[in-house]
Amino acid sequence: MIILNKFEFEYLKERLNREPNELEQNIVNAEWSEHCSYKSSKIHIRTLPTDGDRIIKGPGFDAGVLDVGDGYVITVHIESHNHPSAVEPYGGAATGVGGVLRDILSMGTRPIALLNALRFGNVDSKNISLNKKNQWLLKNVVKGIADYGNCMGVPTVGGEVEFDSSFDNYCLVDVASIGHGKLNNLVKNKVKEDDIIILAGNSTGKDGINGASFASSNLEEENRSAVQIPDPFLEKILQECALEGIEKKCVKAMKDLGGGGLSCCLSETADNLKKGFEIELSNIHLKQKDMTDTEIMISESQERMLIITSKKKKTKLFDLFEKYGIRYSVIGKVNDNKNLLIRKNGQVIATMPAKLVANAPLLDRSSRKPHYLDNIGKLFKEPRIPKDFNRLILSMISNPNICSKKWIYQQFDHEVGIRTVLKPGFSDSSALKLDNGKYVTFNLDGNSKHCYLDPYQGTLGCLAESVRNTICVGATPIGIVDHLQFGNPENEQVFWTFLESIRAIRDFCSFMKIPVVGGKVSLYNETKSGGIKPTPVIGAIGLIDDKSLIKLPTFDIDEGIFIIGMTFDELGGSEYYEYCHKIIGGTVPKVNLGNQKKIVETVKKMVRANLVSAIHDCSKGGLIVSLMEISIQSNLGFVVDMDKIPTSCTRLDHTLFSESHDRFIISTKHHEKVKDFLVQKKIPSAEIGLVTGDKKCKLKLNNKIVIDLQLSEIIKNHECSLLDILEKNVKETT
Amino acid sequence: MVKIGVTVFPGSNCDRDVYNTFKTKLHCNVNYIEERNKIKNFDAIIIPGGFTYGDRLRAGAIAAHSPMMDKIKEMADNGIPILGICNGFQILVESGLLPGALMPNKTLKFVCRWIDVIITNNKTPFTNLYKIHQKVQIPIAHGEGQYVIDKQTYTEAKNNNQIIMKYDERENPNGSMDNIAAICNLRGNVMGMMPHPERASDSDLALNGFSTNAIFVFKSLINYINRN
Repeated sequence: MIILNKFEFEYLKERLNREPNELEQNIVNAEWSEHCSYKSSKIHIRTLPTDGDRIIKGPGFDAGVLDVGDGYVITVHIESHNHPSAVEPYGGAATGVGGVLRDILSMGTRPIALLNALRFGNVDSKNISLNKKNQWLLKNVVKGIADYGNCMGVPTVGGEVEFDSSFDNYCLVDVASIGHGKLNNLVKNKVKEDDIIILAGNSTGKDGINGASFASSNLEEENRSAVQIPDPFLEKILQECALEGIEKKCVKAMKDLGGGGLSCCLSETADNLKKGFEIELSNIHLKQKDMTDTEIMISESQERMLIITSKKKKTKLFDLFEKYGIRYSVIGKVNDNKNLLIRKNGQVIATMPAKLVANAPLLDRSSRKPHYLDNIGKLFKEPRIPKDFNRLILSMISNPNICSKKWIYQQFDHEVGIRTVLKPGFSDSSALKLDNGKYVTFNLDGNSKHCYLDPYQGTLGCLAESVRNTICVGATPIGIVDHLQFGNPENEQVFWTFLESIRAIRDFCSFMKIPVVGGKVSLYNETKSGGIKPTPVIGAIGLIDDKSLIKLPTFDIDEGIFIIGMTFDELGGSEYYEYCHKIIGGTVPKVNLGNQKKIVETVKKMVRANLVSAIHDCSKGGLIVSLMEISIQSNLGFVVDMDKIPTSCTRLDHTLFSESHDRFIISTKHHEKVKDFLVQKKIPSAEIGLVTGDKKCKLKLNNKIVIDLQLSEIIKNHECSLLDILEKNVKETT
Repeated sequence: MVKIGVTVFPGSNCDRDVYNTFKTKLHCNVNYIEERNKIKNFDAIIIPGGFTYGDRLRAGAIAAHSPMMDKIKEMADNGIPILGICNGFQILVESGLLPGALMPNKTLKFVCRWIDVIITNNKTPFTNLYKIHQKVQIPIAHGEGQYVIDKQTYTEAKNNNQIIMKYDERENPNGSMDNIAAICNLRGNVMGMMPHPERASDSDLALNGFSTNAIFVFKSLINYINRN
């Protein structure tokens, strides 16, 4: 499978001053795949702001490294395994988790948390067979993540799930991880001539052959042999072994093997270290004997680490491998000539400059505004106002995109490690206790529906939401990771949406002075029925210095309820239009950078001044969903006066379900202080109601109760919806 | 000072959590025990949770037949308290130190959540600081936690007061017989429990209104050792 195009082949030939042999072409083909080389995206992602006080290592490494003080660091990384998961959801998702954990380990830190952002086609549509396929993907992806993370003893502490028909027969499986360790235990990645190169862990086999190339084209055939096989037990002992090796100073450089296998790992490591590697292929421990040189070089067998150590420390390291029962091979040594040289039984079979292999010729692809945007605008018509609002709200709360994701997160061990302070399903961000007494927060946010209608504003929205979620738990944002998932970049119209998304991240992060600490690009997310909606996923990392600042979305009886921020007539891409009315179109919520900064700063001050009891942001499903969520969480009711809400909407349904950004719901015992504070800061806001003990959710309009729902009924709809959808099917088939 | 041993098998993953809880919260002298270590002079042994040997064959089956377990059986015979948590419980039943077996959860799914258990015997080394029928909030996280036992052994265990903790019958999370969450041997010095007391040992971990009274499993153990 050669996909080097004519231009790339000529480029390689010219730089080598000779014709590359077949093995060399295969090595380069793996590394120059879109998946490994970022050739379509690199010139654009380079423009993102990556500087910050806490940044020790930014994007471009296996994981970003942030200083959290007192001699400690956290590391953070996000990965996806979309193509593999779409054909083999269990193995694809599991090996996705394995890969991101090895990235965290490569830096010299212990993984302390996993999160995931999952996207599937609809699981409750009228098309039964499509539902079943999408449910099959969901169930197996969840099981794959659970089995790997649970066995590793790394808690899966949070995430998000989105359903949209653009993911039918496909899925997006993004996994992110946070690592934690001591600053002086970070792997130094400095080596010298004659240092020893070791391949440790799993044997190299024929699994995952051409995985990187498979992930670099549209999903047209279901190539299962390109999917890797997970073994979390092996990864667990490999991790403990590597961490002890680092503690004992036996590791000079380390890198995990992922997409592109040895080809990518060796060329990138040699290039990063500015050294040459001499590798002997016949030393590598293999799963099967009949492997070709190319297969060995591009196999993506999992649970393998490349470790470089000195001659002096090698015995100590080998003792550790023995102790943990890890297989290893000494596969070569370091030299100063900057070449990647591969031998087989002493014969040179490939030799190329590492820099050449590791740096594909970059592309500057053309882009054009997609036609679909004009068409949607022309066809759009506002829906009629429904009559029964009680039923409408119950239906919204049981919408798979809104309802409780308990069915999913209860399958993940989210407590192991005894650090999980804010747990899945309970707050806007997950929070973990660090060894220096501080807390790190992390959340993932994406919204393909908004991004489809306006990739720029949609992406800004994801960023704004992730920052709001960070602020809501009492944290200060210290970094962003982005995961950009799009269709075929060779399509100008797709590529335009990608560039709009990048522009949004650049604008937002520069304005807010929050650095991008890592990211990932996944392109060619297309099936026979076309491309996915543009899906950037944003992860915000926050830090809390003191436990007293941690906030939860829980009301207390008789507290005043406030809304902060303005509700605009922005229903485009909303759950209300898309789920309740099946309408695609309308005005996507816009982020005004200046306003959002002002509001976020003000809310942060109020949290710090302890003026706020409960706090929750408004996003998917609008302000009514936010109110319901806090109500469910607190097991208390409320009465809210709709006339008091600062809004430009003229329709009640729009006020309730608009997904305008920069809004928070808070509750407080200090009504007057909060009012004064918000007036003084000139923030649009209002006291809209009261927390009540009667377990009823009531909304008033023109002094009349227009919505009156039992909390118990809301809880039932919220908690059981996904369970009913997914388990009902089991009963039918058994 | 009370000396606690925490076993580390390949794939154990709650070893560090148990170690840290005994060390930093309870100020005990704690040591990890690995296969190659000698085991001596411990006042009690904790077999923590995890996926020893990747749960190959059945959860706990391989660790149960390791040389380390032979030594632990000897200690159990000498009356030293042995506590198995989650995978540790699975190892104890697989090794024959405890009666019964642990099967995959009735739902066939892994389940992680906080749950109420009720103390049904407070005269053990692990529960002596609880009141009888006291409700304890504590997280569970397991895929194979459905406790089953044959009728005769169950009757014996019940008559001997070997059932130490039960799930609230309204929320039995795994289908365990008679809602059993923890059981001990005839002598009372070996106990296995599915829930994780180390995960409820710090108020930081119980922010959502949960309590931290599960730590009294460990405090009871220390109390028992100090009294004897």
